[in-house]
This record gives sequence, structure tokens and C-alpha cells, in this order.
Amino acid sequence: MNTGFAKSVLYVCVLALGIFLPIIFPAYIGQMTLLWLMVIFALTWDILGGQMGYNSLGNIFFFGVGMYAAAMIQVSMYYDLAEYTSPAGGGIYEFSFSQYFTGMTVGFTVAALVSVVFAIILGRLVFGLRGPYFAIGTLAIATVAGELVSTWELVGGGGGLSLPNFPGEPSGSRTLFYSMMFLLAIATFSFLKWLYSTRFGLAINAIRDDEEKAEGMGIRTLQHKTVAWSISAFFLGIAGAIFGNFNNFIEPLEVAFPTTTFGIFMVLMVLLGGKGTLWGPVIGAVLFHIIKELTWTYLLGWQWVALGVLIVITVVYFQQGIMGWLMEKYPHWFGIRVEGAKQRLSDMMDEAAK
Amino acid sequence: MLDNILTNIDILIGAPALALDMVVNGLLIGAVFALIAYGLALVWGVMNVKNLAQGDFVILGAYVAWSLFNWGIHPFFGIPVAFGVLWLLGGGLYLFDFENKLASNMSTGRRVLFFAGFCLIGGLLGMTIVDNGNYSVLASVPDTFFIGILIAVFFVFLVFGGIYGFVIRKVIERDLFTSLLATFGVAIVMQQSMNLIFGSDEQTVSLGMESISMLNNNVTIQPTRLVAFLCAIVLAIAVVMFMKRSRMGQAIRATSQNARAARIMGIDTEKVYAFTFSLNAAICGAAGALVAVIWEFQPFIGLIFSIRSFVVVTAAGLGNLPGVIAAGLGMGVLEQTGAFVIGTQYQQAIVVGMLVIVLLIKLVIASRKRQVIDT
Repeated sequence: MNTGFAKSVLYVCVLALGIFLPIIFPAYIGQMTLLWLMVIFALTWDILGGQMGYNSLGNIFFFGVGMYAAAMIQVSMYYDLAEYTSPAGGGIYEFSFSQYFTGMTVGFTVAALVSVVFAIILGRLVFGLRGPYFAIGTLAIATVAGELVSTWELVGGGGGLSLPNFPGEPSGSRTLFYSMMFLLAIATFSFLKWLYSTRFGLAINAIRDDEEKAEGMGIRTLQHKTVAWSISAFFLGIAGAIFGNFNNFIEPLEVAFPTTTFGIFMVLMVLLGGKGTLWGPVIGAVLFHIIKELTWTYLLGWQWVALGVLIVITVVYFQQGIMGWLMEKYPHWFGIRVEGAKQRLSDMMDEAAK
Repeated sequence: MLDNILTNIDILIGAPALALDMVVNGLLIGAVFALIAYGLALVWGVMNVKNLAQGDFVILGAYVAWSLFNWGIHPFFGIPVAFGVLWLLGGGLYLFDFENKLASNMSTGRRVLFFAGFCLIGGLLGMTIVDNGNYSVLASVPDTFFIGILIAVFFVFLVFGGIYGFVIRKVIERDLFTSLLATFGVAIVMQQSMNLIFGSDEQTVSLGMESISMLNNNVTIQPTRLVAFLCAIVLAIAVVMFMKRSRMGQAIRATSQNARAARIMGIDTEKVYAFTFSLNAAICGAAGALVAVIWEFQPFIGLIFSIRSFVVVTAAGLGNLPGVIAAGLGMGVLEQTGAFVIGTQYQQAIVVGMLVIVLLIKLVIASRKRQVIDT
């Protein structure tokens, strides 16, 4: 009863923060949109990395796919795409209120679907790879995608492509995209909370613990892996579409397929918060975003060095993450009540460290 | 685009000399790839560490060679450096074992000697820098270039020592993903530090030699590539001889076969790990100096070298040296012809695409094997 009450207080607090902070500090609304994007990144990475034990370095691929799919649909519904992106420039392109929102709705739907389709196709290809080969293979896919899109003239190549302008006040567009991102983050979180409580959650945990045994027990591993990746791709695709519109300009290497920035951040955030837990990615994302913004402000020039050091420290010295550390330190908070469990856990940690 | 590719293939078939040119040049640069990949295969096979920072170590070596080239080098400097490098390789590795090895394993006399040698080398290096190129060796560039390789080896070795002590030592024999991500962090730190120190401009070491033309100017060979090729061959032979003949080489091979058994047989595996890693560092330093004379380089180009060596090692398999060399040479040829046929703007995509293809082939082979067991 007590923990249930504490939990509902927590949820209400997070919701209240999400709603009222941008009203109190309107100057930071862009930052907070990014914060929710980071939360989505971490949550979707954790489906595979934490819960299923498949460490992907290329999940950012779906972000870029969603972004480009939505952008192409939104433009080509009303104008000729090749003309729109041609470097010569073909005139002024205006989108009316209804055009803008119809395009967006269709674009977001298509973005989600295309991402899922790509996840299903690629899943067939890459899920036979294990361990580091899976990580490298997915990283390679995302990198190739970035390189190929930057030579694809139809979508503007490396020069990028501008999205339709918001028909109205700029502050209106900021509020719109903030609320979209916030709602998407809430939706992702609730969906995953439900998902992890079902048989499906248990099945992917079984795959993480021992894939051969899981298969022996009758779990269809390839199907489960593909579905898990598709869920991840679905939310990432929509997030990419929203971010593309929020940014108003997209470009293959830095914005759509940034394997070395966002692609690594999502892994780092989950490791920082504690992988394989529901709240870990959220905590990790918030903390990471704050650290990142602080270093970008106060250590300008050295921010990337600081970030690399943070990666190394997190990965090498603090891999259990904040949630893992809390579970180890205060197991009774998580309802773990076994005599000597703490001792055994620390023994196991020592053993593993050796 | 498809038309383009077809026309280019037609040109290649119509002009065999051009194809020969590509193969020769591909083989020449492939030797450097093979060298880098061999270092990776060593670390991967012995320590189970997938070093994503491999390319950045190479670029660091390139920057060291480039800086020395700009400064000019003291004539008597090469000898103590060579000496220092060999000595460090032989006995000084425990310097970087920060926890307590230094105190427990070295006598006071050895430690004093060690730091004296360290200060001597540092002092000489300082002198060279302060003198600002007044002592250019024999006034001919290739000499400085060879000494440059030695110093590059030394510098990269030092940086590696720190990275080894704080990062790599902690991830050996841990989960595979950990080493990948940890070395990725190292790679980011190195890229950005090099960017801050050396700037983001493209640099190269120009030896100012005329290129050699053969067969009615159809086959053109850059002499720098030839020099680099020969150096790579010599280095590879030296490393192989070392692995086959020396005591330490035997210990390394034993550890890679079975670390636990090696420990039981009295091999200090910690020392073997440290040594292997620094050997890789030395290889990367030398390869970096070769990269500096062949290509233009900038701080962020390292990742593509890492990916190249991953392709080579994945295709050849661990502990298969002839395979690594063959795959490295093949990689060079494929990249040259691929860049000509499909277009140079796709070069990075070609390299990464090759990785995907190699992984897929491995996957098919693995699934065949699984089915054989099933039936």
C-alpha cells in the first residue's frame, strides 16, 4: 500500500513537471523537447540492450528512416519532391494550416510503418549475429544508411532538406512539438511498463539469459526478437519524424543518422541509469542530458573529451548503473527480501570482477 | 548511376593496364591495412578486447610522424629512442600497472634506473623540440622519416600505457560489448584531443619524390606507397618472427590458446596482456607513420581505419596470419577498384558495405553449420 502510494506520487510529480516546467521556464522549452527525446532513445534502446541482451549500436537507423520518410511524405503530398530539393530552387513553397497538419499526420503514420518494415527486414538479416558482431553489424547498417542518403539527390543529398514551415507563430510550433514529444515519451513508457509485465517481457528476458535454452523451452526466438526490434523501431520512427519537424531542417550525417552522437548517447544513458530496468533509462537520460548541457556550457571546446571520459568511466567502472547500484545497496526498496541476499550478491559481483 | 558503373567496368575490361594499375596500387596500400589488422587480431585473439580505437591510434602515430617531420630531427636521437622503445617493450610495462605492481615487483634500483632512462629520453626529446630543426639529419627526408617511425612508436606506446592501465586492464575477459563500448569512448577522447591539439585541417607528410611510371604511363606508382609497402612487409616479418621464436611470443600464443592453462604453467598472463597491448600500440604507431606519407589525414578519419581492420579480421578469422595478410591486400584492391567503378564519393560506404557483406557471409556459414548439427 505504502509503495503503491509512493509510486502514484512519483508519477503525478513527473507528469506535473512535464506539463508545468515549460510554462514556468518558456526559454528552455527546446531543451526539454530534447530531454524527452533522450528519454525515448533510452527506453527504446533498453528493449533490446537491457531486456533482450542484444546490444545494438545502430538503433539510430530507425530514427533517420522515420525522419526522412515523414519529410518526403510531407513535401511530396503537395509539391514535386525533386523540384523542391533541387539546388537551383524552384520558388516559394507554402503550406496552409490544413495542408501542414494533414501532411504531418500522414507523414508520421508512414514514418512509423516504414521503420517497422525496415526492422522486420533487417531483423531477418542481423539477428543471427551474436555479441559484438551484432553490435558492429548494426553500427555498419546505420553508417551505410547515412552515407547512402547523403549521395541520394532526390532528398537533397548531403546538403539536406528543409521541412514545411509551421503556419503560425514560432512559439506555437515549439509548444506543439514539445507536447508531441512529451506525449510520445509517456506513451512509450506506459507501453513498455505494460509490455514488461506480460509473457512477452518474460520471453525476451529468457532470450537474454540463455537463448539456446529459451529456444529449447519453445520460445520462438526469432519472432520475439523481430517483434521487440519492431516496437523499438516504431517509437524511434515517430520520434525521428517529430524531431525532423522540430528541427525544421534535416541532413543525413549529423541530424538523421548520427551514429557517433545520439547513437552512442542512447547506449550510455541506459548504462548510466541501469539497464534492464524500467526506470533506469529514464533516470539515466535525465541525468545524462543535464551533464551534457552543463559540459557544453562550461567546458566548451573540451565537451567531447569530457563525454568520452564519461563513457569510459560508466562502461568500465559503473556498469550496473544507478538502478543496479540502488538494488545492490537497498534491496528491500525493490521488494527483495532474502536473508543474506546482499552478501551473496556482493560475492557474485566479486566473482564476476575476477 | 547503373550506366556509370557499367561504363566504368567496360573501361576496366578494355584497358588491362589500368586494371593492373589499380591492382598494384591496391596491393601497396593493402599492406598497411594488413599491418593494422594484424595488430587488432593480436589484441582480439589474446585479450578478447575489440579495439574500436585502433584507427585512432594509427592516426595518433601519423600525427607524431608529421610533427617530427615538421620539426626536423636530431641526428643522434634515433638511437636512444630505438633503445628506449625496445627497453620499454621489454621491461618497463609494469609502470602502467597503477595499483600496486610497481611497488611489489620492482626493486628500488630498477625503479631509479627506469625513471632515469625515462628522463633521459624525455630530455632528448625536449632538446629536439627546442632546437627546432637545426640538426636536420643528413638533410635528406627519408632518414627523418625512418627515425620518425621510431618516435611515433615511442609516443603511441606511452599513450597506450595510460589507456591500458585505466581502461583495457579492466575490460579483459569481461563481457564482449564492454570492451567495444569502452574503446569507443577512448576513440572519442582521442579524436577530440587530436582535433584540439593539431587542428582539424588535413595534413600529410610529403617526401617530394617523383612518381614512377611504367607501361606507357598506364601504371603509376607513388614511391611513398612503395616505401610504405616495404616497411609494412619488414615490420610484419619482424612481428611474426618475434611471435614464433621469442620466449614472450610463445607466452602470448599460449595465453591466446588458453589463458587459464597458461597461468597454471607459470606464465604471468597480466604481463602478457600488457605486452600484447603495447605491441599493438607499436604496430599502430609504425602504421600511422606510413599512413602519414601515403594519405592526407585529419583527426576524425580514424574510425574508417578501425572499420577496415574489423572487416579484415572478421573475414580472415583470429589467429590466422596468412589470412589477415591476404584479406588486407584484397581489401586494398577491392577498395581501389570499387572506388573507380562505383565512384569515389562512395568510398566510405564501400568499406562499411564490405563489413556488412562479410558479416552476412559469416552468418550464412554459421546457419549452415547449425543445420548440420540439427539433422
